[in-house]
Amino acid sequence: MNSAIKAKHQRLILVLVALAALIGAALMATWALRSQASFFYLPADMAADPPEPDRAVRLGGMVESGSIKRAADGVTIQFVVSDNKARIPVNFSGIAPDLFQENSGVVAEGKLRADGTFVADNLLAKHDEKYVPREMKDMTAAQARQTVAETR
Amino acid sequence: MIASLGLAALWMAAALAALQLVAGGLSLRGGNPALAGLVRPVAAVQGLLAVLSFAALVIVFWQTDLSVKLVAMNSHSAKPLLYKIAGSWGNHEGSMLLWVTIMGLAGGFVALIERRLPEPTMLATLAAQAFVSLGFYAFLLISSNPFERLSPAAPEGQGLNPLLQDPGLAFHPPTLYIGYVGLSVAFSFAVGALLTREVGPAFARAMRPWVLGAWLFLTIGITAGSYWAYYELGWGGWWFWDPVENASLMPWLAATALLHSASVLASRNALRAWTVMLGVVAFSMSMVGTFLVRSGILTSVHAFAVDPERGSFILGLLVINIGAALLVFALRAASVTEGERFALTSREGALVFNNVMLTGTLGIVLIGTLYPLVAEAMGLKVSVGPPYFNPMGAVFVVPMLVVLAVGPLLRWRRDRLGRVARMLAVPGLLAIGVGAWFAGSGFVGVLPVLGLALAAGLAVASFLPLAGRKLRTVKLPLWGMVVAHFGVAVALFGMAADAAFTTERLVAARAGQTVVVGPWKVFLRDVVPIAGPNWTALQADMDARYKDGPARDIHPQARSFWAPPQGTSESALVTRWNGQLYAVLGEQAEDGRWQLRLWWKPFVPMIWYGGLLIALGGLLALIGRVASDLRRIFAREKIAYRRQRQGR
Repeated sequence: MNSAIKAKHQRLILVLVALAALIGAALMATWALRSQASFFYLPADMAADPPEPDRAVRLGGMVESGSIKRAADGVTIQFVVSDNKARIPVNFSGIAPDLFQENSGVVAEGKLRADGTFVADNLLAKHDEKYVPREMKDMTAAQARQTVAETR
Repeated sequence: MIASLGLAALWMAAALAALQLVAGGLSLRGGNPALAGLVRPVAAVQGLLAVLSFAALVIVFWQTDLSVKLVAMNSHSAKPLLYKIAGSWGNHEGSMLLWVTIMGLAGGFVALIERRLPEPTMLATLAAQAFVSLGFYAFLLISSNPFERLSPAAPEGQGLNPLLQDPGLAFHPPTLYIGYVGLSVAFSFAVGALLTREVGPAFARAMRPWVLGAWLFLTIGITAGSYWAYYELGWGGWWFWDPVENASLMPWLAATALLHSASVLASRNALRAWTVMLGVVAFSMSMVGTFLVRSGILTSVHAFAVDPERGSFILGLLVINIGAALLVFALRAASVTEGERFALTSREGALVFNNVMLTGTLGIVLIGTLYPLVAEAMGLKVSVGPPYFNPMGAVFVVPMLVVLAVGPLLRWRRDRLGRVARMLAVPGLLAIGVGAWFAGSGFVGVLPVLGLALAAGLAVASFLPLAGRKLRTVKLPLWGMVVAHFGVAVALFGMAADAAFTTERLVAARAGQTVVVGPWKVFLRDVVPIAGPNWTALQADMDARYKDGPARDIHPQARSFWAPPQGTSESALVTRWNGQLYAVLGEQAEDGRWQLRLWWKPFVPMIWYGGLLIALGGLLALIGRVASDLRRIFAREKIAYRRQRQGR
């Protein structure tokens, strides 16, 4: 009798511990997601409601015509991402993807500096018809058509 | 002609799967023995037909038969032969055909050789396997027919995504699929054992080698996939927490938990319901992964299907299979009696801890992977990356690794920590010393320091289970455990070292210029155009010198493919025992300088050596288990034979 109760107890304790761990994991995960997920911005959104300076976010839009400039070090580029409503200057040091070019879509991953420049640590460009960054799918039809036409 | 044969074989395999399901299901309710006798042969022939169908697909790709739509869409006559063949599974339809082929093969093998469990349990298991297979056959035949014809035939194929034109493609997907789909056997065993109320040590012992085999391939597949992403993407990283990577990690975490809980069930007859549940969860994670990767819900190099109908079809299969298994579980859970008890400080206790932590990690990865999809459905676009996964994963992985050092030393049922404390003093002090040293040096982050400290302690602790034993009498499964746990330490060391010590240079260099990165001097001689079978490239002609050692030529390339038109960058690697030099060529600036990105990554190959060691451990355990099973069968047959002679 006594041992039967104990057996039940042990099982219950194990189940409770496992449940507590999993619920703890879920709570922690939701908390972490709220603070760590990186949000996607269009230039207009970013201009209207800028993210905090040290927060990793993604910025997507078209690379403005004639805006790509190379710095003297040969590896840093500056360009402007726009959505015809707002323009965000972007700084990027690194090797740009092959299909990164003016008048074509881009998603920049990085942080917005206090002076309003977006510092990207990674650029995603449209690779081909089969691979489009998720965010670019929702650009306006005209932008998409233009993007496809430009990068074909 | 061959395409038609392949399609016919596929239809027949589907029909046999239906027969297998009906015959197995009916004989569960006490049908006639003739029907029950059908199940095993039918399962074997079904597997054979699936293989024939897949072979037909490989042949039409080999011949570049452009009357087959799939070939026209994904192949090109000018492609190297290896990629023609590998291209047959480098697309949605072909990869799903590979999936059902492996599933049919696994079921056929189980039917042919697995004889340890009572026959009704085996019939139920094979019926469950047929149930799952049937769904995927239907998926192929209804919405993803790989043998669909074009009339008239296309004049030329559209080619294969250049990112996939790599020897890695030839082996990576089949390896991962054997792992993914191999877990279906665990799923079917779990359902079969539940249906016939046979959840016990015999079930765990029968299921264990299959789980080990699947887990082994998953481990190799993930390791290879990580290395492939590392050198092919040219970003210098080895894990991106990409949903597709997570899709392969989740079944691995579940299968790892399942392996450990199955060993508790096999040796101690405890954790019955939990083990069965994990059997269901592991394959469910494989299906979730397939859904994520193949539905087109994510965009990546892996997402071939953009047809929403296919996504819904896989989602339907997922819901039906998981739902049915959970229903069986709910109905039969009460009949799974409680197993043996154990104290919290015991081998079982440590393994339960391992299971909870692995499940917690699985939960973290699952939530992080699904969250962007859910958020997007609610109109919010987010992406979740390392800032979430690394610390959140560490919350569960770090305690698990600490217990990993202790658990294998504990006795079954009941033990005292005091008994093993002295043994653990050495690795414990080593871990603290290493941690304090790097924390004191101050230039390394929290997680890398923890990783280096744990890796050092664990590397020593993983060998402690051998202490006081005669090495020649140590059984293979124990060797397997030691090697796999040591592999975890090695991989962890590689990850932490990469995070802590990597140095990177990004420069624009002229021909004739030398760039210094870490202890390396890299000399850019020239950049020259070259041509391959279906691409042209700019190739940097460089040599790299480690300290004052000899110069070694390296040739990173920026390639342009013409079918389909696309560019890739081919990184160049120099591997030494203590790390890797990684070089990528970028574009040319207006003033004629070339962009170069160079990394010196100390000890980074340890990540993949560790992964291979983990797999090797699994292989040793598998060989040990199978060998002892065979010995037992021989012994039993010998006894039966003797009895028969004496009776005469």
